[in-house]
Amino acid sequence: MSRITYREAVRSGLCAALREDPLVFLMGEDVGRYGGAYACSKGMLAEFGPERIRDTPLSESTFVGAGIGAALGGMRPIVEVMTVNFSLLALDQILNTAATLRHMSGGQFSVPVVIRMATGGGRQLAAQHSHSLEGWYAHIPGIKVVAPATVTDARYMLPLALREPDPVVIFEHALLYPMEGELEDVSPETMFKATVRRRGRDVTLVTYGGSLWKSLQAADELAGRGIEVEVIDLRSLRPLDLEPVLASLKQTHRAVIVDEGWRTGSLAAEISAQIMERGFYDLDAPVARVCSAEVPIPYAKQMEDAALPSVKQILSTIEELVHHE
Amino acid sequence: MDDAPATASLTRVAAHEILRNMLRIRRLEEKSAELYSQGKIRGFLHLYIGEEAVAVGAIPLLTSDDAIVATYREHGHALIRGMSAGSILAEMYGKSNGCCRGRGGSMHLFDAGLRFYGGNAIVAGGLPLAVGLALADKLQQRPRVTVCLFGDGAVDEGEFHESLNLAALWKLPVLFLCENNLYAMGTALERHESQTKIFAKADAYGIASAAVDGMVVLGVRNAMRTAIDYVRQGQGPYLLEARTYRFRAHSMYDAELYRSHEEVDEWKHRDPIQLFTALLTSSGLLESTEVAAMELDIAEELAQAVATAEAGAWEPVTDLYKDVYTCPA
Repeated sequence: MSRITYREAVRSGLCAALREDPLVFLMGEDVGRYGGAYACSKGMLAEFGPERIRDTPLSESTFVGAGIGAALGGMRPIVEVMTVNFSLLALDQILNTAATLRHMSGGQFSVPVVIRMATGGGRQLAAQHSHSLEGWYAHIPGIKVVAPATVTDARYMLPLALREPDPVVIFEHALLYPMEGELEDVSPETMFKATVRRRGRDVTLVTYGGSLWKSLQAADELAGRGIEVEVIDLRSLRPLDLEPVLASLKQTHRAVIVDEGWRTGSLAAEISAQIMERGFYDLDAPVARVCSAEVPIPYAKQMEDAALPSVKQILSTIEELVHHE
Repeated sequence: MDDAPATASLTRVAAHEILRNMLRIRRLEEKSAELYSQGKIRGFLHLYIGEEAVAVGAIPLLTSDDAIVATYREHGHALIRGMSAGSILAEMYGKSNGCCRGRGGSMHLFDAGLRFYGGNAIVAGGLPLAVGLALADKLQQRPRVTVCLFGDGAVDEGEFHESLNLAALWKLPVLFLCENNLYAMGTALERHESQTKIFAKADAYGIASAAVDGMVVLGVRNAMRTAIDYVRQGQGPYLLEARTYRFRAHSMYDAELYRSHEEVDEWKHRDPIQLFTALLTSSGLLESTEVAAMELDIAEELAQAVATAEAGAWEPVTDLYKDVYTCPA
């Protein structure tokens, strides 16, 4: 075990991947000389050179598409898109090419591309740099979508993603990069299983990514008030693993979902529907959701705070849930 | 625009092969239209009739290691690359002996073994893919060429400009081959492009380029030979614009309200098959009996292809979820 930042964990994963396999390379906007918009690839240009740490023009659709093409050509590209907001310019390539190619061609091709991007709000970057659209990606069959919330997952999910023969999109919440945590020495076996981050008997809280830490903070406070919250980190958004959630509900009979996406049509909505379909008779109260307000995320601090899921909102939602008759 | 090059360096056998291939595409497309009207083929069907000289002038010059990325008007390219007419027609039928087991249909013909990467039906969507295939070749130091076909409509898309820029910036071995048939679906070139000389756009990216008369098969062949040599020698990407014309409607749903019969008829006088047939006949390289024999062979090939498609099985519905992923998590 060692204590490192999430950013260092990402970099460590990237470096290990490039050292291990000469076919792996990283490309994206400012990944080279600048060192990455979030400094994840700082210093890597010096170690691996410009062929393998490739700065790209600001052409999201084409460099993501080129990553898909390079994967078809036998390489193992890691494509960094600066943020999910910009990735919409590449959504066509991700959805219409990467996700469809295998099925549409009758199984002739695999597309082993890994696409990383930052997501989420909380830094006063306003409405074009703050959204959480990972739920949109999780909607797409043909790709796999993961959201590392801990430094251990930030370190090991990338090598696991590179082992996949299919496209994998990795969402890194931008607020997590400076966060410190304990790095475990051993990689998790899979990135597709949800895991319990805190045990509790009263309420099942389902979350992922940046919201995990708000959820754990809320759970700490509630423990002081005699409410034990079981916090489950989804880790993977597609495929979704709800087994630990359904198992937990058998004890808690109450569920709350914390998701930084907008409520309507959200990942939280999907999880809620699946709980209803598969765990209805274990429920003593309706499933509750804490999501972002349905507004473009505003700049001003008090407005942004009000728009994003907060510890306070999680606390009040859970208190209401446990007192539901 | 090139004038029709002389046939001096062309052997009789090579000349016949070119004519035969253009006729194979023409008859396959006519058969497809017929099968469409019988309800055997459904969905969208985009015919290549009128544009045959481009595929036949270009594709046979590639090696088996080279790659092709094409569009949704790709039956002819697939056929000339070496896919059997049976595999193509069975795919259009939606049968499991089609090249993509019936998953793709007319717009999505793929063949991994032939390095034929579709069959892409998002206009300009194939360009970034081609850039990536060329990047993989460059990084692995393979002397391959990736040919990326697209129409004039693709030039309107951002991906055209992004891809030319990236390919030039990284000096990638990709040959952009624009089949300019003068219409982006129903919108005429001068109504969708401010600069109608598509090849001239390459200058902005520092890319070598040329335009060629896409109705003259030997002209296309010569221009392609120059372009392929340039790219294979590692000099970077190349943009070749072949000016051509689609004789049939955009798809089977198109009432062709946007162009006149006169215009279409005028272009039909420059039918690439007729032009080449006349050239060979006047050069003493072709007898009318030889054309008749070719037609018989092609009719036989297509009869077998139809039989293959008819005999194919439907993929069982239980396979619906197969191949969404290589490795389902």
